[in-house]
Amino acid sequence: MISQKHPELAEIFNKDEARVNWHDDTLWWIRAKRDKAAHGISEWELLRETASQLKNNVLSNLHEYLIQFEANAKANGIHVHWAADAKEHNQIVLSLLQKKGITQMVKSKSMLTEECHLNDYLEKNGIDVIDSDLGERIVQLAKEPPSHIVLPCIHKKKEEIGQIFHEHLGTAAGVSDPQVLTETARIHLRETFLTRRSALTGVNFAVAETGEFVVCTNEGNADMGAHLAEIHIASMGIEKLIPKKKHLSVFLRLLTRSATGQPITTYSSHFKKPRPGQEMHLVLVDNGRSIQLGRESFRNSLKCIRCGACMNTCPVYRRSGGHSYHNAIAGPIGAILAPNLDMKEYADLPFASTLCGSCTHVCPVKIDIHDQLYKWRQVIVKEGYVPASKTMAMKIMDFTLSSPTRFKLAGKVGRWTLKNAGFTLNNKFNPWFKNREMPEAPKESFTEWYQRNHKDNL
Amino acid sequence: MSREKILAAILNNQPESTEMPADLSFGSKSKEEVTAKFIEMITLIGGNVIMINDIAEINDYVSSNFNAADELITFVPELAHYPSFTGLEKPHQFVSTEFAVFQPHFAVAENGAVWITEDLMGHRVLPFICQHLGMLVRKDNIVANMHEAYQIIESHDYGFGTFIAGPSKTADIEQSLVLGAHGARSMTVFLM
Repeated sequence: MISQKHPELAEIFNKDEARVNWHDDTLWWIRAKRDKAAHGISEWELLRETASQLKNNVLSNLHEYLIQFEANAKANGIHVHWAADAKEHNQIVLSLLQKKGITQMVKSKSMLTEECHLNDYLEKNGIDVIDSDLGERIVQLAKEPPSHIVLPCIHKKKEEIGQIFHEHLGTAAGVSDPQVLTETARIHLRETFLTRRSALTGVNFAVAETGEFVVCTNEGNADMGAHLAEIHIASMGIEKLIPKKKHLSVFLRLLTRSATGQPITTYSSHFKKPRPGQEMHLVLVDNGRSIQLGRESFRNSLKCIRCGACMNTCPVYRRSGGHSYHNAIAGPIGAILAPNLDMKEYADLPFASTLCGSCTHVCPVKIDIHDQLYKWRQVIVKEGYVPASKTMAMKIMDFTLSSPTRFKLAGKVGRWTLKNAGFTLNNKFNPWFKNREMPEAPKESFTEWYQRNHKDNL
Repeated sequence: MSREKILAAILNNQPESTEMPADLSFGSKSKEEVTAKFIEMITLIGGNVIMINDIAEINDYVSSNFNAADELITFVPELAHYPSFTGLEKPHQFVSTEFAVFQPHFAVAENGAVWITEDLMGHRVLPFICQHLGMLVRKDNIVANMHEAYQIIESHDYGFGTFIAGPSKTADIEQSLVLGAHGARSMTVFLM
């Protein structure tokens, strides 16, 4: 079976126009909150530039920082594991649980575990996993992946969430008040936190200098899980390192303002040592990152701190929804990260963009996202991963544009067709006419007009 | 061994080292300005501020807001008539804690956060699991921004430390802000 690609999946999302408009408006509202927070800080651009330079320094010294981090984390009593790929990461987590005879785990938000499909793997191996972030719990109950890295159920209406809670958590039918639903989840998940012996968290930043790692949440779910469990496993991509503790100041100032417009997350927890009697494990995951590091054009996608600002601002994301990207990380940043993992499977994603550049302008670590989207297109075409229809269209364009005679003729034919035989273009077989009318065809081309009016200059 | 494989690939692929940028700092502000900003921000993020002149005033707040049967706990030595820690508690037993009061190291004006390490928590889980949270902040202990905050934290040693900025919250359901997600439902700053 050929998996559905962005255009098809976006089309499904676009069937309900009112819903698309709602999705679009909601994300734009978050983008506006981000602007307000950013504009409230006069040194914002300096912070972005500093964060960008810090991340460049990390990527150019990653080997040394990883060794330094590992040594310091171990000295702090944290067990450090290395996973070359998703499979090895999942095996490490499973074996840690099995060693302690644990069959239930509570997990806070970790896009890395989404990337590794950890939940599926653990469930197949008899481990029950409960996602504790409210948005993630909602999509987990709905048996869907998150549609946004920061706002996992941004695509869902409260009435749909009410129905899910009614089916799974026993709320009364028809209840959709966010306050009531959140309270229900609080009670349900407190029970979970109190009964789970193992907790897995993601990692926002890890400090090479001290061997500690930082986890940011608004809900407090990472802390509730980790401080009650007898074993805390933290999964992190190797690019999450920063050199020194003081650099957290720069990143914590940027992260949440860029993400939701808040000045900081409610909790920014610094885990340095396990509490007495607790085991703390940290899994360092490569899964393609060392390859991306070697791709000069795409390397700085590894600077990403997962704030989601590029999604909130993206006109394509806002109107096609996170699921249309068929990847753990949606939006512009997902579209430049995914082809590194599987160029064929994700060949469509760099084309899911208008290249407007808005993503690049809001990125807190100055990743040149839209340039990379453009560059991925070149690579993907060269490697032969574009659909045949696109290749044929490009060949015809090339044939036409490379000869002035053919170009003039094509113009004439085009104008005649638009004027006299519009139906051959404006029909359901031509996607250019979806939600779009063509302008009236001019009588003559610019060249013809110029020749008529400026004979003397020719 | 994946470790060697990963490290070798990184060493092979990492670009030439780039320089570390200069540390940032932004001119000092007056104590009044910093205090006013902190109050503005803590209110913005859903916290409450109560001005006090004496630590004992926290007791008045407690007696007018909680019942005699409510479980209270504190790690502030001056409020010692609350049940004290034995050090043998299991973290799970704090689930019934209604109100816990702490004295964090300092607060940050630009975002309303307070910095607290586990030696001031009694137990790591307590500031998260309690239903309501109190924080005793002295006006002398408010820094303007996160750069100043880390200048202080630089010298702190801790097994666990956290910035807490207001009550636990979520907006996962249609972006409607709800206070009291998994952590404390409210955060009251007693500003002295």
